[in-house]
Amino acid sequence: MAKLIWLIPILPLLGVAVNGTLGGKLGKRGVGAVACGTVLLAFLLSCGAVWELSHLPEDARHVAVSLGEWLPLGPLGADGALATVDWGFALDPLSAVMILVVTGVGFLIHVYATGYMAHEEGFARFFVYMNLFMSMMLTLVLGSNLLVTFVGWEGVGLCSYLLIGFFYDRPFDTRTGLTCADAGRKAFIVNRIGDFAFVIGMLYLLTTFGTLDYRGVLEGVNSGAGSHAMLVAVGLLLFIGACGKSAQIPLYVWLPDAMAGPTPVSALIHAATMVTAGVYMVTRMSGLYAHAPQAMAVVAVVGAATAIFAATMGITATDIKKVLAYSTVSQLGYMFAAAGVGAWTAAIFHLMTHAFFKALLFLGAGSVIHGQEGEQDITKMGGLKEKMPVTFVTFMIATLAIAGIVPLAGFFSKDEILWGAFSSGHRAVWAVLALSALLTAFYMFRLTFLVFYGDHRGDRHVWDHAHESPRSMTVPLMILAVLSVVGGWVGIPALLTGGRDINVFHHWLAPVVGAAHAVTQGEAHSASSEGLLMAAALAVALAGIGLAFAMYQMNRGSAERLAGTFRPVYVLWRNLYWVDELYEAVVLRPFYALSRWFAAFDRWVVDGLVNVSGILVDITGQLLKLFQTGYVRNYALLFLMGVVAILVYLARL
Amino acid sequence: MIDPRLVLVLSGVLFALGAVGVLLHRGAISILMCIELMLNAANLAFITFARLRGGAEAQIYVFFVMTLAAAEAAAGLAIVIALFRLRGTTDVDEINLLKW
Repeated sequence: MAKLIWLIPILPLLGVAVNGTLGGKLGKRGVGAVACGTVLLAFLLSCGAVWELSHLPEDARHVAVSLGEWLPLGPLGADGALATVDWGFALDPLSAVMILVVTGVGFLIHVYATGYMAHEEGFARFFVYMNLFMSMMLTLVLGSNLLVTFVGWEGVGLCSYLLIGFFYDRPFDTRTGLTCADAGRKAFIVNRIGDFAFVIGMLYLLTTFGTLDYRGVLEGVNSGAGSHAMLVAVGLLLFIGACGKSAQIPLYVWLPDAMAGPTPVSALIHAATMVTAGVYMVTRMSGLYAHAPQAMAVVAVVGAATAIFAATMGITATDIKKVLAYSTVSQLGYMFAAAGVGAWTAAIFHLMTHAFFKALLFLGAGSVIHGQEGEQDITKMGGLKEKMPVTFVTFMIATLAIAGIVPLAGFFSKDEILWGAFSSGHRAVWAVLALSALLTAFYMFRLTFLVFYGDHRGDRHVWDHAHESPRSMTVPLMILAVLSVVGGWVGIPALLTGGRDINVFHHWLAPVVGAAHAVTQGEAHSASSEGLLMAAALAVALAGIGLAFAMYQMNRGSAERLAGTFRPVYVLWRNLYWVDELYEAVVLRPFYALSRWFAAFDRWVVDGLVNVSGILVDITGQLLKLFQTGYVRNYALLFLMGVVAILVYLARL
Repeated sequence: MIDPRLVLVLSGVLFALGAVGVLLHRGAISILMCIELMLNAANLAFITFARLRGGAEAQIYVFFVMTLAAAEAAAGLAIVIALFRLRGTTDVDEINLLKW
């Protein structure tokens, strides 16, 4: 079955073909069944393949399948060997985790979407895009070389663009006056910047090692074929690519606007799967980063900075989905910080648990929006706990999980990241991450209190009609809630089990990132400090919750007073540090000015030359036409005079 | 034998008459007839020189010119008929479609 992994990306593609051609005839039930069915098949196939993989000996857990040669590139690399790029797919412990998360969470979100999108136009179109996304995401994670991964990378970018702009004619952001289509375009263009660096990084690798195959590249790195400077350069270039896709500073600006898409899209693409592609790719290249400590330092700093920067913006946002979007940016920063300090396993662990609870949060938010006739402003919500019991309970579980409360999923992964940062000597990174953990707990509970507790602050009519969502939406919520609880139990640190080693996740990923671990850090475990840190992380989370409780439950109105007291900070956060405006002033305006200059040059100089030659011909013609009388006998006379003149001339000679 | 200069003068006079006819007549058929006159004036000159020089080439040219004249008359008359059907006249001054 593991040899059939190439089928996994193909299956959702079949759904695209069927729904894309027959979508109009199948009806909503048919379209939903095809879309969910193909993803379910992909999930089952993934389970089978991973099951088989887990029964191989640990060092043989790598199944590669090539569907044939794609690009024969000729002699490249240090030894001038013939380089080729295959349509190669590979299953190893890392891609196994990814395909299970992508197909599993993806299937649940597909089912949810059949309920959420039931009343929307373009039902079939939506599921065609969703299935195409699944196919591309699976290509991304299963590709055995960078170029196949890049195909998926661009494919998910395309689907992201299409789905953000799904309601292409609706206005989206009143502050900036964007439509949904504009938001999609913004995401696409910002991603292109990262992708450009990604491509350059790939070309560097290709010319140095003569291959783009992950294993080949890592072998080349380990054999010392590339210079140190080149490894750092490639590490940074690939990280810029990851910054675009995974919304890190300075390319994060597209993700909050990506919330213009339907909520299931936000859950699947802009929280659980696509935006984690950067983390996946960086972890995939961990062997290279291990030899480029400078690049890793950049990854760690950018990740930690993003984590806290986005968290502060999440505090003041009032759109339920925007809060979650900033939270996603922040959590992605967490993952990059983990990767940057060498805690690769922790990064992927957090990627997985985050996929569970963040998908759940988004789907819960979607359920809230769905039950309230599209209202997204949390200042107009409140008290929904009674109206939507299932949504409330599952949302609460996810909130506790992301805040890092033991024993939910987020606690273990977050704790592992914090411990990884601390134990590898990156105390500053640790401190920043701990502070953002506090902020995370605070803004998530602010959100929960504002939405589910207190009195309804919105329209009376909306409150009367608020209702729990249909089964197709609540069942995925419940399943994800279970995963958000138990998802972290595969990675319980030995400390909590009295020294017994049941950290399955760690051992599972060891064949992929073990080598990088060995290069970057020696094992310097100290049980007492690990326990202390764990307690500190928990205390920080509880402090955040307590703060939110004090401000939004016990003493309502204190938030406004606080905002008044710290007015400059509040204004700064409320306006998102004016980063969009900064980009507008620094990048867009000069760019537009330059474009206008080029346009003028084209219009007046390039086109001008052509036009002037045309005008000259025209003027000459206008003059010459005056000699035309239209009388044949006139022409004959002139003709005769000409002949006579020639004869006279000849006779004179 | 007649003085060849007299014949050449006659040829020139005929040519001039033809040319003036082309310039002065407005009817397409008259113009065609005048052109015919000019061609025959040329033929007369050819024959005169052939007689003077005693070669055969000039006589061959005359046959070419006669063939050409026949073809020209056929094509020219066909065009005139087509024009007449189209415009209802053979007055060349009326036929000025290509004028700006």
